[in-house]
Amino acid sequence: MKYLRKNDCIMLAFSVVLFAVLQVLITERVLSSFWQLNLLIIGINIILAASLNLINGYTGQFSLGHAGFMAVGAYVGVVLTANFHMPFAVALIAGGIAAGFLGFLVGIPTLRLRGDYLAIATLGLGEIIRIVIMNIQYVGGAAGFKGIPHHTTFAWVFFIMLFTLFFIKNFVNSNHGRACLAIRENEIAAESMGVNTTKYKVMAFTIGAAFAGVAGGLFAHCFYLISPASFTFMQTFNYLIMVVMGGLGSITGSIAGAFVVTFISAALASWPEFRMIIYAIALILLMFYRPQGLFGYMEITNMGIFRRIFKKGETPHE
Amino acid sequence: MSELLRTENVSEVFGGLKAVTDFNIHLDRGELVGLIGPNGAGKTTAFNMLTGVYQPTTGTITFEGESIVGLKPYQVTQRGIARTFQNIRLFSELTVLENVKIAFHYHVKYGILESVFRIGRYFKEEEAIEKEAHSLLKIFHLDDKADEVAKNLPYGAQRRLEIARALAAKPKLLLLDEPAAGMNPQETKELMDMIRWIRQEFGLTILLIEHDMSLVMGICERIYVLEYGEIIAQGTPDEIKKNPEVIRAYLGGE
Repeated sequence: MKYLRKNDCIMLAFSVVLFAVLQVLITERVLSSFWQLNLLIIGINIILAASLNLINGYTGQFSLGHAGFMAVGAYVGVVLTANFHMPFAVALIAGGIAAGFLGFLVGIPTLRLRGDYLAIATLGLGEIIRIVIMNIQYVGGAAGFKGIPHHTTFAWVFFIMLFTLFFIKNFVNSNHGRACLAIRENEIAAESMGVNTTKYKVMAFTIGAAFAGVAGGLFAHCFYLISPASFTFMQTFNYLIMVVMGGLGSITGSIAGAFVVTFISAALASWPEFRMIIYAIALILLMFYRPQGLFGYMEITNMGIFRRIFKKGETPHE
Repeated sequence: MSELLRTENVSEVFGGLKAVTDFNIHLDRGELVGLIGPNGAGKTTAFNMLTGVYQPTTGTITFEGESIVGLKPYQVTQRGIARTFQNIRLFSELTVLENVKIAFHYHVKYGILESVFRIGRYFKEEEAIEKEAHSLLKIFHLDDKADEVAKNLPYGAQRRLEIARALAAKPKLLLLDEPAAGMNPQETKELMDMIRWIRQEFGLTILLIEHDMSLVMGICERIYVLEYGEIIAQGTPDEIKKNPEVIRAYLGGE
């Protein structure tokens, strides 16, 4: 117990209260089924944004293949639950492992590339995954996979999201996470400080892909049908906007970004013609006035107003 | 004194350009050796070969009796050679403390699961490197700036931080690439004392590239002079000062 520090306790207490409130709102049917679904999507998007942030924000590797990894997790998951009647948890884990493994395999060759070259390679990868799925008749091809059991509940999403954030936060604040940050800051210096840069780039890519896979599984089991059209490049682009808007290198930022973007697009669902305009204006304003994103590199635990509650962040000696 | 590093006939060729030819040096444990030469002589290229950034085209490099040719830079560092950079390469968006902590990387042994679930060796090792990082910063008068972002430090402090960071990798051999570049005479003097002191304190062998002759002549025990990629002279500072080849290389004339 000595090490379960005050910050973690506050966060845990806050999360439990938040969960209880939202769960009551759902069971008491205060939220319409439209907003209930969007609550799930917000949670799933937080997982996706945080895991993409691990690759793009913390390790500085500009990846655009996230929707592809999500698709792998989604399809592996639905095949296991719908065709093989496996438990939901097994399907999610298998989807995560499959996406992570694919991330590992493609990470080794592609992460030698830098900057825009890496972006193009991963963009291609995402499209390849989508088109391959489109041509597999076993999973319904372009028409999509029908008859998915509706397993995703708010509790599943919330606790997996919590685990993802916990995992990424602790990973980043460790020797391994520092290696990733060093790669982002200066790859040559990182290498000459004894960091195996290839290993850590592939590791961050694999972990990010695995969480995207799990999120894909959760996403698929919200619906009766999924199709490859749900995992296009535009999806990746959406997650990228969430990450950039929140701040590359801030978990708090990813949460805020995922929430804001999902909320805006849901709130404007009835006026689709305005949606893209408002989206674009918001991004332009953001780039003008706050190019580092809403939170920059900051976490909520390090910010002025919250500092008194949280004391001084992450240092293990206090 | 036993030998720490030896290079034999090391050459580096970029296309048709011979950057370094037949580079032969040896360093004994505990020595403080200078590498000087006019701009473009190949000094930094030599450093890059020693640290694995470039692979030598020919020749052998032996460190502690084993060849280090073909190793990646991080593997060379793990064997015990750390360096600083001529054009400062700090982790500029991270804090001073984080910069130093990263350099402990190889010496921290806990695994991924231990870091994610905060179990096992995590807290013990994190506390240890926190303490060590602070004591290193104290040596370089950076302790009060530990939480500042590295890019906001004044220039001289950034240079000192580079050395502190290199020391955190716990090297046996420290390579300093123009540590005094851009410093004023007072700062240079302080740096000289500091280099002497850390060599003693950490039992280091140091090889440094420098243009500031007062620094090189003041602290180095031996000096190698490089011109057009070839070593044209070596010896004690007094010998080097009198060497006609060196005078020609620096002042010109036939």
